[in-house]
Amino acid sequence: MEKIYWQSLENYKENQASVLEKREPVPEFSIEGLDESEVKGKSSRRDFLKMLGFSVSAVALVSSCQMPVRKAIPLLNQPEELIPGIPNYFASSFFDGDDYCSILVKTRENRPIKIEGNDLSPLTKGGTNAKVQASVLNLYDDARLKNPYLNGNETTWQELDEEISAQLSQIKASGKKIVLLTSTIISPSTVALINEFLANNPHAQWVQFDPVSMAAMRKANDLNFGQPVIPNYNFAKANIIVGFNADYLGTWLMPTAFTKQYAANRKLNGGKRNMSRSYQFESTLSLTGSNADYRYGIKPSDEGVVLLNLYNLIAKSTGAETYPTEASPIDLNQVASDLLKNKGQSLVVSGTNDTGIQLIVNAINHQLTNYGKTIDLNTPINLKQGDHEAVEALVKEMNSGTVGGLLVYNVNPAYDYYQAEAFKSGMEKVGLKISFSDTMNETAKLCTAVCTNHNYLESWGDAEPIKGHRSIIQPAIRPIFNTRQFEDSLLAWMGSNIDFSSYMEKNWETEATDLGWFSGAFTQFWNQTKHDGVFSYPINTTEQPAFAAQPLKLTKPAGNGIELVLYEKIAIGTGKHTNNPWLLEMPDPITKATWDNYLCISSKYATEHGLALEDVVSVNGLFEIPVLIQPGQPDGTVALALGFGRTDAGKAGNNVGQNGFPLMNTVQGAPQLAGKVVTIEKVNGKTYPLALTQMHHDMEGRPIVRETTLPEYLQDPYSGNEQHLFDEKHNVTLYSKVQYDGLHWGMSIDLNSCTGCSNCVIACQAENNVAVIGKEQVRNRRIMHWMRIDRYYSRTEDNPEVYHMPVMCQHCDNAPCENVCPVAATNHSTEGLNQMAYNRCIGTRYCINNCPYKVRRFNWFEFTNNNKFDFNMNSELGKMVLNPDVTVRQRGVVEKCSLCVQRIQEKKLVAKMENRELREGEIKVACQQSCPADAIQFGNLLKKDSAVSLMVKEERMYHLLEHLHTLPSTSYLTKVRNTEA
Amino acid sequence: MYNTRVRGILIKGDKSYSDVSRDVLRPLDAKTPIWWWVTAGLAIIAMAWGSWGFYNTISTGIGTWGLNNNVAWGWAIINFVWWIGIGHAGTAFSIFLLILRQKWRTSINRAAEAMTIFAVMAAGLFPLLHMGRIWDGFFIFPYWNTRGPLWDNFNSPLFWDVVAISTYFMASALFWYVGMIPDFATIREKTASKIKRKIYGAMSFGWVGNAKSWLRFETAALLLGGMAAPLVVSVHSIVSMDFSVSVVPGWHTTIFPPYFVIGAIFSGFGMVLTLMIVLRKIYSFKDYVTDGHLDAITRILTFISLIMGTAYLTELFTAWYSGSEYELFTFLKNRVTGEYTFAYWTMIICNGMIPQLFWFKKIRKNITIVFIISIFINIGMWFERYVIVVTSLSKDFLPATWATYEPTITEVAAFVGTIGLFILGVLAFFRWIPTIAISEVKSVLKETTTLKSFTDEN
Repeated sequence: MEKIYWQSLENYKENQASVLEKREPVPEFSIEGLDESEVKGKSSRRDFLKMLGFSVSAVALVSSCQMPVRKAIPLLNQPEELIPGIPNYFASSFFDGDDYCSILVKTRENRPIKIEGNDLSPLTKGGTNAKVQASVLNLYDDARLKNPYLNGNETTWQELDEEISAQLSQIKASGKKIVLLTSTIISPSTVALINEFLANNPHAQWVQFDPVSMAAMRKANDLNFGQPVIPNYNFAKANIIVGFNADYLGTWLMPTAFTKQYAANRKLNGGKRNMSRSYQFESTLSLTGSNADYRYGIKPSDEGVVLLNLYNLIAKSTGAETYPTEASPIDLNQVASDLLKNKGQSLVVSGTNDTGIQLIVNAINHQLTNYGKTIDLNTPINLKQGDHEAVEALVKEMNSGTVGGLLVYNVNPAYDYYQAEAFKSGMEKVGLKISFSDTMNETAKLCTAVCTNHNYLESWGDAEPIKGHRSIIQPAIRPIFNTRQFEDSLLAWMGSNIDFSSYMEKNWETEATDLGWFSGAFTQFWNQTKHDGVFSYPINTTEQPAFAAQPLKLTKPAGNGIELVLYEKIAIGTGKHTNNPWLLEMPDPITKATWDNYLCISSKYATEHGLALEDVVSVNGLFEIPVLIQPGQPDGTVALALGFGRTDAGKAGNNVGQNGFPLMNTVQGAPQLAGKVVTIEKVNGKTYPLALTQMHHDMEGRPIVRETTLPEYLQDPYSGNEQHLFDEKHNVTLYSKVQYDGLHWGMSIDLNSCTGCSNCVIACQAENNVAVIGKEQVRNRRIMHWMRIDRYYSRTEDNPEVYHMPVMCQHCDNAPCENVCPVAATNHSTEGLNQMAYNRCIGTRYCINNCPYKVRRFNWFEFTNNNKFDFNMNSELGKMVLNPDVTVRQRGVVEKCSLCVQRIQEKKLVAKMENRELREGEIKVACQQSCPADAIQFGNLLKKDSAVSLMVKEERMYHLLEHLHTLPSTSYLTKVRNTEA
Repeated sequence: MYNTRVRGILIKGDKSYSDVSRDVLRPLDAKTPIWWWVTAGLAIIAMAWGSWGFYNTISTGIGTWGLNNNVAWGWAIINFVWWIGIGHAGTAFSIFLLILRQKWRTSINRAAEAMTIFAVMAAGLFPLLHMGRIWDGFFIFPYWNTRGPLWDNFNSPLFWDVVAISTYFMASALFWYVGMIPDFATIREKTASKIKRKIYGAMSFGWVGNAKSWLRFETAALLLGGMAAPLVVSVHSIVSMDFSVSVVPGWHTTIFPPYFVIGAIFSGFGMVLTLMIVLRKIYSFKDYVTDGHLDAITRILTFISLIMGTAYLTELFTAWYSGSEYELFTFLKNRVTGEYTFAYWTMIICNGMIPQLFWFKKIRKNITIVFIISIFINIGMWFERYVIVVTSLSKDFLPATWATYEPTITEVAAFVGTIGLFILGVLAFFRWIPTIAISEVKSVLKETTTLKSFTDEN
């Protein structure tokens, strides 16, 4: 029965009549199609549920689908050279105070994203090293200061300048000294400016400081030749190279340039039949030692003895004066006879900062008539100008209170000076302390003012690393923060109204005009120089200065006890880039350790003292540190890397490892890396985790790195590679070979050239947005590097032979990974690439298991925007380094080397637009582009005369694990050691 | 009645048809016992912990596991294969013993099939969880899509897995259910509760038990049985191909398909033994699941154990005979001696040696020892999968990449969670479903056998 609604009694009756008599139902819905309840302005329970349902789902939909607002502001006036999506390259130079490299900066949408080697440089010839590759990340370091600082507070440049000018004139009035403490400065324009500044401030003094000094070498050359210089070396011309604690392929002087030269004389392709032979005498296994044909472990205190014996052997033969000395612990007859056979084509170098030792080295080189041939005093190297005596004097003066002002540029003595405590206490007595640091490092923290410097990619400058070879530093980006470059600060305080770029240009103009470096207009010359990034001018003197013999004597006392050897790691160096996560996570080429330093001990010492990997020892009671048993570590020595233990580097580098600088050895006032006698005590029951990327160091007799010796190779080019012939012969398959049409990309790696320096690892990381995952995950063996360098040992653990083998995706034509992926996320391109479709990958990881090379990487976590992985990809600033051409991978997908497919596509597009075929060598993949040893070739395997095809034709060619019939597109060339058969 | 020394009887206690119905259905109508609540509580706790493991994995990433660049499969795959293996028992029991005319299977097949269902459910969770991007997991199904000519990779054993396991699950579930229809009808008739009558009535699809129904029922059971029989072989063969299709030394082995199938039946029978000993104890089913039944299973296990041992030896022989240094290393240096000795020898002892104790009648007759050995088999079979998955991956071709693998708490939680799921499933089965196939038992009530296991009883 329907309810009857009524307003009045009449109405009720009327309604009732209509219901009962007319039997017309009261309409449930009004003609407007409205619900009854709606008519009455009320909502029923059903409506309420409807509304509820709608609003909840609407809210859920809207809130969950909302994308974060990203602001993009179009350019009002688009600069002519800026085309979105097209990179620009600027020639520049890397110089951090220790190491020099000529570079090209790749910028996209006006931000530098990658460093490439500059092919035009006659020194580095397109090579870089890991530190250079990683330096682009320093630009986007969150630890960078965003403003100048005064008394610990942010300030403006105007205020700062006023304050400093006032204080400087005050000091001038007081008659106190102002000291400008800098790193080695190789910029001619900066030197001119500093000299001008010194002239303006008569009380000012300029001191250059190198954490790892090479002053002894300058002193020895001063004594022998009357020139306090570091001569230029040519490793390419040397057939016999003998190194004494000089890691010239890794960290000594100009490793990139030296590697280029060294590798040039080690190549055997194209029918070349001779290569250099290298001897290395060293106190810890260095990169150079790992590549040497003959390596000997010596105690630091024995270096002098060995050298003097070597000198005597040579002098006996050449009829020069010999000196009495105790017998050498190592038989030197072979090296002496090799050297004598190669007079004028040999090279002896020592990295020890000891005048006595350097004098012996000079005498040997003189006896071998190497000066003017492999050593050139007329084009000296300008690096390492630091004067440790002057620094020592400065610290004394500071402590005595006679220094009124201290200007610190590009050095961090509160951390890396071996008497940092004395320096720090001296600083307290200095009135005005100005730092030109770009981060609040250990020294800057103690300073009154921090005149925040540009990053080098924001700066103008020039460099003359070797006399006659100039190079330009030019900004690739506008300063990101409110910073000012060091030189501009000096100019401002000198009251000058020009900036440093104009100053530099003017300086060049005068010099170039005076010396006649150009014909025509200067502007043209200047633009060309800036374009090339490098400029060489001729040195006309060819005569080497006369050699004045000096009496040779040993200054080092004979060692007793455990001698400590400090060394620079390839990635970390002296600790200037310790906050760079790429470098911290780069596996050390020798130890394969990341994120820490550790005490390298010999296996004999470990057995004697019951020490195992990760056991903690205390060194001199100064600090506790884990040990790592290093094959090739000479008995009686332990080794420790510098550059760690920083307290104010930034979030990545703070408190990583221990600081070794206070443990420097001093002999006659000269700070030396090696030789300090230390006491080591095991801290019982304490271990400290180390993150190593390789735990097994033996090839297990498998034909992985194939090697031969030069005499064997000359007899039979297939020597050491017999397995390849066997496998080729027995390679049978039912299936036809994959046919490619026009393009088949391939890569070749010459194991004889590769030094294992790991430049390619970082180059690949920078190019391909490879994530940093932190120590814990590296320890879990999850490093993301697409390219790794496997390092194996053979022979004895006292003095092993070392093998370096870069391994990345081999791009197999019969790839095991491809047929096991259930969703076909990894597949083969028509150009022979094994490609990954990230957004198809569901992460079953079957491909990882089935890859015999284990080059596939899984995104175990979300590595971007994740506070647990607080590295560059978790920072708005740090993310600016990402290459926009390469996808940033999501959690749960597999990734791996793509053979830089983005570079291939880019050049293919260019060729297509220009309607031509791809040129040979036009495409350079990231690892190949900056390889200082030119060990990697990439190109079209179908083109018979391409560099890679020529390598494939070599008898030394083999594929890794070729018996598995994976048919890799990547090939290797056997390693040839130049040893007696 | 037929108590002679010549012929053994399958069902003891001189049961009448109504005795069978009453005995089997008694637990269904009884009050839920305390032990049930306690076990279910524990199982739920295990599942809760497992859910945490699942949540942790899915929300944070596979990085919460102990896997690495070299060992990309670990516990999840081990457990997956282990559960699938256990899931073999039901169908193997019903089909193989049916083909072999082993009538004694009727007392056990229902429980074995139930075990299959829950084990396959537990197994199926792992491949899902194991995916890096579970939210895109549907990519694995071949469906028409808008992504152009993007289709699954039919070469991949993982795709075969998806097909094989889902088919197997479907077939086993159907077979199990169809077998239960007459029993549900029996419950409908017997139960006092109105609600239960409705539910079981619906579940029995209105079974009336006339000759026509029985005829169709028999035909359906036969058809399903025939369909399921090859699946028993195919599922684990295909699972084994996940390994044998690869190039990894220790995986790339042609013996794997039969070896895996036999292993699966071995572990399945082991688990059936464990379960039946529990079941007959708590529900006093000793008349139905007699010592003779257990004896028969142990005899089968002894035989399979011999096959397993032969397979292990064959693997070693093949590794040696191949002359491949990688194979030799994996088998002889890594498993037999070396870092994974413990796992390898646990496998050999639990699977190859301990079941050989069943040669002794005293041991076969001691139900406690039989129970313990059945547990050892389950452990041994788990270690077999551990040996296969982990030892092969952790040390493969390039020594520079060698890495060890240890599970994390998340992986352990996920495994424990699936054990909880399995137990809860079995408990539900105990509580609401006739654990012994009433109609089938009735059919063999008067049967006798010359099987040794049963004649020895007398």
